[in-house]
Amino acid sequence: MRGIDELLREHPFFAGLDDEALALIAGCAANRHMHAGQYLYREGDPAETFFVIRHGRIALEAHRPAGGAVVIETVEDGEVLGWSWLIPPHRWLFDAHVVEDTSAVVFDGTCLRGKCDADPVLGYALLQRVAQVMLSRLQAARVRLLDLYGVPGASSR
Amino acid sequence: MLPRPFRVVERRQDTVDTATLTLEPVEGAPLTFAPGQFTMLGLLGVGEVPISISGDPGGALLLHTIRDVGGVTHALVEAQVGDLLEVRGPYGTGWGVEQGRGGDVVIVAGGIGLAPLRPALLRLLAERERYGRVALLCGARSPADQLYPDELVRWRDHGIDVATIVDHGAAGWPGRVGLVTALIPGIHIDPAHTLALACGPEVMMRYVALALLDRGLASERIRLSMERTMKCGVGLCGHCQFREFFACVDGPVFDYSELAPLLAIREV
Repeated sequence: MRGIDELLREHPFFAGLDDEALALIAGCAANRHMHAGQYLYREGDPAETFFVIRHGRIALEAHRPAGGAVVIETVEDGEVLGWSWLIPPHRWLFDAHVVEDTSAVVFDGTCLRGKCDADPVLGYALLQRVAQVMLSRLQAARVRLLDLYGVPGASSR
Repeated sequence: MLPRPFRVVERRQDTVDTATLTLEPVEGAPLTFAPGQFTMLGLLGVGEVPISISGDPGGALLLHTIRDVGGVTHALVEAQVGDLLEVRGPYGTGWGVEQGRGGDVVIVAGGIGLAPLRPALLRLLAERERYGRVALLCGARSPADQLYPDELVRWRDHGIDVATIVDHGAAGWPGRVGLVTALIPGIHIDPAHTLALACGPEVMMRYVALALLDRGLASERIRLSMERTMKCGVGLCGHCQFREFFACVDGPVFDYSELAPLLAIREV
């Protein structure tokens, strides 16, 4: 059976981190399998976990008073889920719904923050990676705001 | 320049605002075309618009997938079996799919942009053994707006790596939600031996091109189909002028190496 640090080494999020750093943070993580239909967390819950997706698909959902839930975004193989564990007030803003059976390395957010506080070089390396994920999702969200596939010119009518 | 009459022999409603018309010439030979070309399609007394050909380049029938976005396209989408339409063309440059033989092909479509790419896919499938990996990445507004859903399944069964993503999905939607560029990191790309074709809203294509460049593709290996208002279709009137290019004769398919400097200029 492969160790957590080995699973992390092959994940794109951790590309460039050395073995020592991976071994250090591996102590905060466990390998988990989650079944389709399961909710990992709900809007408003404390954000204390960081999901490194190995295989599967998870949907971020928002609830509307009328019309039910809508999927905001999905994350899957080679991606990560959750940055609220890192940034106060450590609270989830959306529901995380497993839509396909998923395998992930799941970090305890408090433990991981502790390692980052104790080793700022490691903390900066992780923050850079989280910031990269945030940047790409922010840019994608901005482009989606343009409603590119809508009727041309409809928004300005 | 003279239009030929074609009869609608089949009509299929693809999405709430998009339909595919199958046409045959009232007389004379079928229209031959290269994947990526368009016709000026019209209704007598209503007008004509440029519409990409979405049919099989090896077939005898002419297919157009049309989205209802204005007066003429509304009339075309409402055409029924037996109606007569006017066709000029085919016009414009094609995708040049055959230049990808011996290598891999990545096709990125957004919304109605899948329609002009369909002939390229059918050509690839007709000579599948001459190409390596073929990936088709499709973005749509919602699952209900995805064009040709049955064909996507069939193409997957015929060795195309098909991936789809939508801007919005209702709860329970099992597929991906996000921007079409999110599909690009997940595909295999051998930069020196990959040809990329993209069609969709211009903003989408700009980001797709950047994402492909990030994966190591040279701009000469990225082709985009540009949409511009056209009138004559043959490079005379200047309606579709795109600085030194006329989209109707120099395009609609351009190499990104030609387009990149122009796309950065506002109002071009």
